[in-house]
Amino acid sequence: MAPLSDATDTEEQPLALPGDGLREGIIEDLRRRIGEGVVDTHITANDDLWIRVQTGAWRQTAVALKAAGFTHFSFISGLDWMPSPFGKGEEDPTAEPKEPDTEIRQGVTGGETRFQVFARLVDLDRHVGVTIKADVPDEPFAVDSWSMVFAGANWHERECHEMFGIGFNGHPDLRNMYLPTDFEGYPLRKDFPLLARMIKPWPGIVDVEPMPVQPDVTDDGTAGEGSASDEPGAARGESEADAEPATSKGDE
Amino acid sequence: MTNLSDRQQLSYIASQAADARLNVELETEGMTLNIGPQHPATHGTLRIICRLDGEQVVWAEPSCGYMHRGYEKLTEVRTFPQVTTLVNRIDWLGSFANEVPFILAAEKLMEIEAPPRAQVIRTILFELSRIANVTLFLGDLGVQMGAITPVFLAFRDREYVLNLIEGATGGRFHPNFDRIGGLKDDLPKGWIDETRQTMVKLRKFCDIIDDLLFGNEIFQSRMRGIGIIPADIAKDYGLTGANLRASGVDYDLRRDQDIALSYDMADWKVWTHPDGDSWARCWVRLQETREACKIVEQLLDQIPAGPIMTKVPRIIKVPAGEAWVSTENPLGEMGYYVVSKGDLGPFRVKIRSASFNNISIVPWALKGVYVPDIITILASLYFILGDIDR
Amino acid sequence: MIQLAIEIPYWAQSVLRVLGGLVAVLLPAGTIVYLFLFKMMSFMQSRLGPMEAGPYGSLQLVAEVGKWMQKEDLAPDAADKSIFKIAPLVVLLSTFLLVVVIPFGPDALFTNFEVGIFYGLAVASVSVLGILIAGWASANKYSLLGGLRAAGQLIAYELPMVLATLGVVIQAGSMNLQQIVVAQNTGEIFGFGGVGNPYILTQFIGFVIFMIAVQAELTQAPFDMPIAESELVSGYMTEYSGFRFLIFFIAEFATAGVFALIASVLFLGGWGIPFDWFGWDTIDSVDNWMNLAGPLIMFTKMLVLTFIIMWVRFSFPRFREDQLQTFAWKVLIPLALANTALTAILKVAF
Repeated sequence: MAPLSDATDTEEQPLALPGDGLREGIIEDLRRRIGEGVVDTHITANDDLWIRVQTGAWRQTAVALKAAGFTHFSFISGLDWMPSPFGKGEEDPTAEPKEPDTEIRQGVTGGETRFQVFARLVDLDRHVGVTIKADVPDEPFAVDSWSMVFAGANWHERECHEMFGIGFNGHPDLRNMYLPTDFEGYPLRKDFPLLARMIKPWPGIVDVEPMPVQPDVTDDGTAGEGSASDEPGAARGESEADAEPATSKGDE
Repeated sequence: MTNLSDRQQLSYIASQAADARLNVELETEGMTLNIGPQHPATHGTLRIICRLDGEQVVWAEPSCGYMHRGYEKLTEVRTFPQVTTLVNRIDWLGSFANEVPFILAAEKLMEIEAPPRAQVIRTILFELSRIANVTLFLGDLGVQMGAITPVFLAFRDREYVLNLIEGATGGRFHPNFDRIGGLKDDLPKGWIDETRQTMVKLRKFCDIIDDLLFGNEIFQSRMRGIGIIPADIAKDYGLTGANLRASGVDYDLRRDQDIALSYDMADWKVWTHPDGDSWARCWVRLQETREACKIVEQLLDQIPAGPIMTKVPRIIKVPAGEAWVSTENPLGEMGYYVVSKGDLGPFRVKIRSASFNNISIVPWALKGVYVPDIITILASLYFILGDIDR
Repeated sequence: MIQLAIEIPYWAQSVLRVLGGLVAVLLPAGTIVYLFLFKMMSFMQSRLGPMEAGPYGSLQLVAEVGKWMQKEDLAPDAADKSIFKIAPLVVLLSTFLLVVVIPFGPDALFTNFEVGIFYGLAVASVSVLGILIAGWASANKYSLLGGLRAAGQLIAYELPMVLATLGVVIQAGSMNLQQIVVAQNTGEIFGFGGVGNPYILTQFIGFVIFMIAVQAELTQAPFDMPIAESELVSGYMTEYSGFRFLIFFIAEFATAGVFALIASVLFLGGWGIPFDWFGWDTIDSVDNWMNLAGPLIMFTKMLVLTFIIMWVRFSFPRFREDQLQTFAWKVLIPLALANTALTAILKVAF
């Protein structure tokens, strides 16, 4: 059976890595196309490009960038800038609970709302990618859908909706992606607790009896792993002098 | 209906009957078939709901989430080094490859770079995990088609690669070896020679699979022309990896970005195929495995001496910022968007996994195909459930 | 009537015949399963196969049978129970009916049908009924798909099988299987009687078509769409477990063995070795010890043919249903027709 066709030999071409000039050109191009929609931009040198756009210009940005050559869709997701009120569940339960930090500080390219959507598009020919961000206003808690611009956005928006609750106007079928249909709550929001850490704080209070006291323990002064996990309060105070036991396992 | 006159009602009924005449006469009904979640063909618990008309699919819809572990939420309560352990388990066949983009993102935020020796070894382990992953794919491809022999050969030869990974990192499937600033340990003695010998065996395996499976006429007739995905649709859906390259798009993240891995030290080639059908996708992966063997062999000769880890503080606090790093993983493009607030752990990690996008094209790709072709197309798109569901 | 040194009453002969029939069906099944399915397949796939039960896993069969027998006899709630239960028996029945016409020696046979091969081919299609029943009565969409695929495939591949045997019948001049054996062993090729005239030499095309058709009749890869493990789990056998699945399992390999026996009768010269070697002329002049050696020779030839069937099974991926049908209708049947025509012409000419 004759092969239909085989791989074409790709010629050795010098790698065209995008420079910052190219990225600035992209920003200029986008400004020309959507004008006021561009709110803020950020370029890390020789590395990456962020553009924040107005919420109303979210879909326009997609259309404009697709026309400018950014035809490869990478992902859409959400960001919740409120610090988690629950913390990590690693605090000593016998100590005073710390005041949680409630200030909402957005990251690169700023923002005004607690929630933002962000997406990434790639131009395969110029080997450059761009991260687009937009604020999600509290009322209406939705942005326009990209699913009519990029077909792949369909699933990403479904996931973003079920995880954050962000609506997507114009999305044909906004059902849950991973969670059961009757799931209540939006898991990736910071005020949705991670149940596992609620039930059993890390590193996990072992609910077994402590080890019987050994008569001759050769103690070379370092915190033994066995004793540290049995009595969280006392042993922790003792081993605080050393490195934090919780992270020592992960460090080396 | 009651507002219409009798004549109108009769004509309405007549028109409905005329439309359904074929169905009424033949008394046919569409059949809804569930493929999965427990099924020998799906690489895990994926459920595909198909509506069939005879043996043809009218529409199909994957229903994922059986393996959703909530990784993005879990990363928020962990420190940066702890996330490595977590992230191993996304694509569990090529696990080292999952750690690398995250570590690179953290290093980018800290503005440090791993020493050259660590970078080269990282690349070697990355390619070994690619080989481990794709050899299983090649074997499994046979099983999906009904050829039960290649999978045993695949597992046998994959053992050699897993032994190598275990020798270097201590874990066959979940190495957890990458650290911010370098690697956990240096390579053991004799590892380089053994890797060289293993690459020879792997190349032989690729030749055997080429002969046994790809050269088989039945296999070719099952795969050629099935599931053609044109390049612009592929880009729209965000397909990456071999799926994109098999549609003729010449894009490989190992070559097309400036990243702290040592691909420029080796002389290798990016394989594309213009057809975009299932055959092309599988063929590209086979060639990529061979290419990966070549990269490993070349890099083994060029491992520079030096430290395996830069000086990083014992407790790692990554400065505030956002970083995106993606690499050419065995399944496609895997990327991490890491948001850090200067703490011990990340503030938010968005995991862009390759299989999520690869499978989002399934409703489009399965329209009008036969039931056996469902399996063919799914097999050629190649996904891992952990990657889809995170 | 077998001329024996001792007289056996008629009822004892019947019992012997029944036992012989059971052995003729189950022994090939067991041997094929152990030798080819467990060991040969394992060696081809660079592994050892079952090694635990008995030395080198030789008692694995006993373990398997025991395991299947002690399982619960389940039937799905929505299944049509009575039909569900008889389906495996129908498939096994066709195998037993088929083995009745096979001659194992000059006198070691069950019956001597004048239209042996005609009856054999007719009865072989009874298994299609069993598979259809299993697919429908299981109340499971996978089984239904498997059953429907099986119906189409098995019926389609009956025709090449029949047409392939036509050539043999024309050459032998008889439909009686015993006559076909004798014709092959007493025949001569251009005057040279040293190897008899096994029809595999002259009916080579017919042999290949027959083996392909047998592969399809047994729903073995590359024609195992009805089972298609990676799509339909087990096709029509999905809902069967325990004893009933064991019947299907045995039936599958027993049918493989029996078809191989028929193929060896038709193409390889059956129980005989060329009569020229011993100076026999007709069936009556064959010595009595051939009645003991005949089954052994048949067994050997069956093993050779089953080896080929199993070898192909482990190597090839499977056809898609429409490719399968195209292959049967557009390739095999015209080829078989051409073969028949050619045989007829040559028979008249020579």
